Amino acid sequence: MTSRTPDRPGALSTVATPPRPAVRPAEAVIIAPGIAVRGHLITRGPIRREGPAKLTGDAQYADDLVFPGAWYGATIRSNLARARFLALELDPGFDWSNVVVITAADIPGEPLMGAVKGLTPDQPVLVPLGGEIQHHSEPLALIAAPDRRTLRAARRGVTVRTEPLPPVFDPLDSDKVFVSHDVVAGDLAAGFAAADMVLEGEYRMGHQEQLYIENQAMIAVPTEDGGVTVHGSLQCPYYVHPALMRALAIDARQARVVQAETGGGFGGKEEYPSLLAVHASLLALKCRKPVRMIYERHEDIAATTKRHPAVVRHRTGVLRDGTLVAQEIEVILDGGAYCTLSPVVLGRSTTHAGGPYRCPNVRITSRAVRTNTPPNGAFRGFGAPQVIFPVETHLNRIAEALGISPLEIRRRNVYRLGDVTPTGQVLSSSVAGLEVLERAAEAVDFDAARAVTQQARLTGQGWDSVATSPLRSPDRPSASGIGIALAWHGCGFTGSGELRYNSIVTIELDATGQVRVLAANTEMGQGTRTILPMIAAQALGIPSDEVEYAPQDTALVPNSGPTVASRTATIVGGLLVNAARQLRAEVEARSGGRSFAKAYREDAARHGPSRASAQYQPFPGQPFDERAFTGDPYPAWGWAACVARVDVDLDTGEVAVRDVVAVDDAGVVVHPILAEGQVEGGTLQAIGYATIEEMKVQDGRYLNDRLATYLIPTAVDAPRITAIMVESPFDGVPHGAKGLGEMPMDVGAPAVIAAIHDATGIWIDRLPATPERVLAGLTASAGANESGRPGSGGHDRPGGRP
Amino acid sequence: MPVEPPVETPRDLPEAFRLLALAPRTPIAGGTDLMVRITGEIGSPPDQVLDLSRLDELRGIALAGGQLTVGALTTYAEIRRSGLVARSLPVLAEAAATVGAVQIQNRGTLGGNIANASPAGDTLPLLLALEAVIEVGGPRGERSIPADQFWIAYRTTALAPDELVLRVRIPLVEARQVRFRKVGTRRAQAISKVVLALAWEQADRKDRWGHVRLALGSVADRPIRARSTELYLEGSRATLETADGAAETVAAEIRPIDDVRSTADYRRQVTARILHRIIRDAGGW
Repeated sequence: MTSRTPDRPGALSTVATPPRPAVRPAEAVIIAPGIAVRGHLITRGPIRREGPAKLTGDAQYADDLVFPGAWYGATIRSNLARARFLALELDPGFDWSNVVVITAADIPGEPLMGAVKGLTPDQPVLVPLGGEIQHHSEPLALIAAPDRRTLRAARRGVTVRTEPLPPVFDPLDSDKVFVSHDVVAGDLAAGFAAADMVLEGEYRMGHQEQLYIENQAMIAVPTEDGGVTVHGSLQCPYYVHPALMRALAIDARQARVVQAETGGGFGGKEEYPSLLAVHASLLALKCRKPVRMIYERHEDIAATTKRHPAVVRHRTGVLRDGTLVAQEIEVILDGGAYCTLSPVVLGRSTTHAGGPYRCPNVRITSRAVRTNTPPNGAFRGFGAPQVIFPVETHLNRIAEALGISPLEIRRRNVYRLGDVTPTGQVLSSSVAGLEVLERAAEAVDFDAARAVTQQARLTGQGWDSVATSPLRSPDRPSASGIGIALAWHGCGFTGSGELRYNSIVTIELDATGQVRVLAANTEMGQGTRTILPMIAAQALGIPSDEVEYAPQDTALVPNSGPTVASRTATIVGGLLVNAARQLRAEVEARSGGRSFAKAYREDAARHGPSRASAQYQPFPGQPFDERAFTGDPYPAWGWAACVARVDVDLDTGEVAVRDVVAVDDAGVVVHPILAEGQVEGGTLQAIGYATIEEMKVQDGRYLNDRLATYLIPTAVDAPRITAIMVESPFDGVPHGAKGLGEMPMDVGAPAVIAAIHDATGIWIDRLPATPERVLAGLTASAGANESGRPGSGGHDRPGGRP
Repeated sequence: MPVEPPVETPRDLPEAFRLLALAPRTPIAGGTDLMVRITGEIGSPPDQVLDLSRLDELRGIALAGGQLTVGALTTYAEIRRSGLVARSLPVLAEAAATVGAVQIQNRGTLGGNIANASPAGDTLPLLLALEAVIEVGGPRGERSIPADQFWIAYRTTALAPDELVLRVRIPLVEARQVRFRKVGTRRAQAISKVVLALAWEQADRKDRWGHVRLALGSVADRPIRARSTELYLEGSRATLETADGAAETVAAEIRPIDDVRSTADYRRQVTARILHRIIRDAGGW
C-alpha cells in the first residue's frame, strides 16, 4: 500500500527554501506556486512500455534470441584465490577439431581492461600463462562448441595447472591501495576540545549480491567487416562498445552493442557485461559463428561483482545538546582483486560519509584496497549505503548516550539551506533533509510510537526481559521496536564524471511524422523506456504515446552516458527537455504560429526529417577538484528518511521487518507509480542488506553462490511499505527531477538496525544483523544485564572531554 | 547446462515395478529436488528417470483404523487443504505450510521429501516424532519401515534401489500433544537451520509427560530422534526446572555443524531455546 503526501499548500513550508521562481516541469499542474511543485507531469502515468511483453512472456531476453548455427561458449576459471597460472592442458584423447579454445595469447588488442575511461586498466581479459591469478573464479581461458553436449565434454578435457601464492583477504591487511582521499574541513582538534562527549565506533559490512532475476548473458555475432555485434543483458552500451574496440583492436563501426530486454541490473550489469562481451566476441571471431554465453546462477554469483565490503570508523565530538562539533571518519572499501569502479565508488563513500549533518570540523580519510576476492563493483547506492549505516547508527548511539531522541538529534544537526559540506559545497537550493525527516516522523507519530517501547523498558518489560542465557527462552517470545534514519544522496556522477562523458541526447521527427527519442539509457525494469518519452512529450506538448523510444543499439543512438548513479531522470531527462524544446521551436517557427502538437506531422511531410540534440553543459557552482576533493561533488542532493518497525524473535534472533515508511525527495516525480515501485524495491533490498543477505567467503570463494543459499527477502518477508514523495525541485534542470532509485537503499538498513536496538537494547555494528548475530547479542546482553546495563556488540568508548 | 536424461512414465504400479526390476531409475514426483540436479550445476544428474505422475494409487489421504494414511504423491498443498488432516492431525498441515513456498507446495510431495532424505527435510522430524511408518514397495513386494529406521545415513534411506515410497501411515493418539517449529532464515523458500518436532502424552493426573518423542532436523547428518532428551522428559512435568534440564540435555546431545546456512552454536542454542519455550508454554508459566 502506498500513500502520497496530501496536497497541502503549506506542506513544504518547513523546508528552509526561500520562495524562488517555480521550476516548471513543462506543463505540470502547479498547485502551490512559489513554494513547490506538488503536481506531477501526469497523475497516474502510462503503463510501463515493456510491461505487457514481460507479463505475457513475449519479451526477448538475451537467452530468448535465436541465432541459427550459434555455438555455445564457456569460461575456464581458477579455483584458487591467488596463484601462478602455469599451464592449460587439453586432453589429447578428446577430439578438439570441433571446439575453439581461446587463451590470453589470442587477444588481438589490449590484454587489460578498465571499467570506464579514466581508470587504470588492470583486469586481464584472460590471465596469461605465467601470469598471476588474483581471485577465485577468474577467467583463464574460453572454449566454444557447436552444442552443449560437446561443450560439456570439452570442459572436462581442460586441466588447469597452477602454483598457489599467498592471498590477502582482510582489507585491513592489504598494502595495495587503489585510491585514497583525505578531506579536511575546519579544525578537528579544536572541535574535539570543545566537545562535551566523544564517541568512537567501528562498523563493518559484507558483500551484497545484486541478484538480478536474469543472469549475465551475451551473444556475439561476427560481422562481414571483421567486427562483431553483441546482444546482451546490460546497463551501459557505451561501456561495452569501447571495451570491444580496445580488446579486439577493431574500430568504432566494427563494434556494435545492442541491449536485449534486461531482467534487472542494480549496478551488477554496469561494468561486468564489458568483460563478458569481449569473451563472447573472442570466441565468435575465432569460430566465425554467433557464440552464446549465458551464465548459470552459480557462475554468475561466483564470478561477478558485488557491493564492496567496508570497514568504517567514527570518532565524533558533540555538545551536550547533541550538536555535532567534530567528526573524524575513516572509510576502507574492499575493492577485490582489480580496480574496476572502486575509485568511483570510494568517491561517493567519501562525499556521503558524514551523513546529511552540519559539522564545522571534519576529517574524512578513505581508501579502496585490493584483496584476493572477485572484484567488487557497482550496486544501487554505490558506496553510500556503506557509510550511511555507520553514520546513522553512530548518531543513534550518541543520542542515547546524551538522552536525546533519535528524531531530535537529527532535527538539530540536519543540513539547512546555506550550510556548507565538508568538501566546501554551499547547499543553496533543494535542501529537504528536515522536510523528509518530519514527514516520516509525522506519518508514524514517531515520538508517541517510541514512547510505547520506552514505557515497556521503564516498567521492566523492556530490555531486561529480552535477554537470557544461551540455552533458555526469555520471558517474552518477541520484542518490537521502531527506528528512524536519514540520508542524502548526490545526484548523478561524483565530481567531474559528467564532464568526462559529455552526454548527448537526440530527438528526431522522422519523415513519416514519428517523434523518437534517441538515447543510450537502458530499461532494466526501472522505467527508462517509459519516463524519457514522457519527459519529451511534455516538452513538445503532445501525448507521451506519440513519442517512440529508439532501441539501445550503438548503431542507432548517441552516447547519452551510462544508466547508473540515478542520473537518467535528472541528467538525461534534462538534456532531453532541452533537445525537445529546440525541436519544438524549430517546427513551430516553420508552422506560422501553430503549436507543435498541431503542426508536427504536416511539418515532417513538407520539410522532411528534423533532429535536435542537446549536450551536457556543466552546472553552475564550484567545479570539483578530484585531487583535493573539494568543491561541489554533485549539482544537487536528494534526501530520504525511513522509519522501520521490527519484531525480533527472542528465541531465535530472527528479525521480521513489519512496516516501513519511506519518504524520498526526488525533486519532481515523473511517474508516481514507477517512483513508488523504486522505493518499494529499494527498501526491500535494504532490508535484505540489513538482516539476511550475507555472502559467506572462505579462501576467497563465495560459499553460498546459489539461490538456495544466498537468501534475499521474499514477497512474504516484505513489510508493508508506505512511499511518501516530497518534491523539492532541482533548479539546474528544466524539469526539476533529481535521482530516486538509490535513496531507499541508503536509509533502510540503519532504520532497521535502530529498530532492532529499540526492541532489544543490542547495538548491531556489523551488517547483516543475521539471526546468529542478534542471538549472540541477546545472550551476551544477558551477562551485561547482571551488571545493570544492556550489552553492546560495539566498540564504543563514551568519554568526556579529552 | 541442463541435461535431458531418458524418462519413462509407467501407467500403474506393476508397470513401475517391472521397469525398476530392469534397472535402477531415479523417480521423479513433484521434481522440486530432482529438477535442481537436472541443471547439471549441482551433483550428478540422473541417468534415467522414472516419472511417477500417472500412479494415481499413490495419491490421497485416508483415515482408517486409528491411522492417517498419506499417499506418497500427495502434495503439501493437498495436505494443507485436507479437511481430514485439519481435523485429525493439524500439525501435519502446519508443517506442510512451512515447506518452500506456494509453488513448491503445489509440486512437492510428502513421498519426495521422505525419499530425498535431506537432513534438512522439513516434514521428516514430524514423521519421526509421530512414529510414522513408511510403506515401500518394489518388484519383490511391499514392506513397512518405521520412520526411525528409514534415514540410515547422510542422504541415505533404507530403500532398496528397486523400491519406491508408496505411502505413510501415522498413528493417531487421543491424548497426544504435538508441537512443530521450523527455523529458516526467511519466511518462505528457506532451507531449515533447525526443525523441531515434539510429541508427548499426558500420562497421569499429575501432569506428567509420557511417551515423549523429540525429533530434530538440520542438526545431524540425517533427521534424528533426541533420545537422551526424550528420556529426560519422560515422567517430567512442564516446570522451569524441566525446561532448563531438557534444554541443557538436548544441547549436549546433538552435534550440529557449521555450514553455509548457519553455525553449530546457533543450531544448538536455538534447538535448546525452542524446546525451552515449548515446555514453558505447555507449563503456562
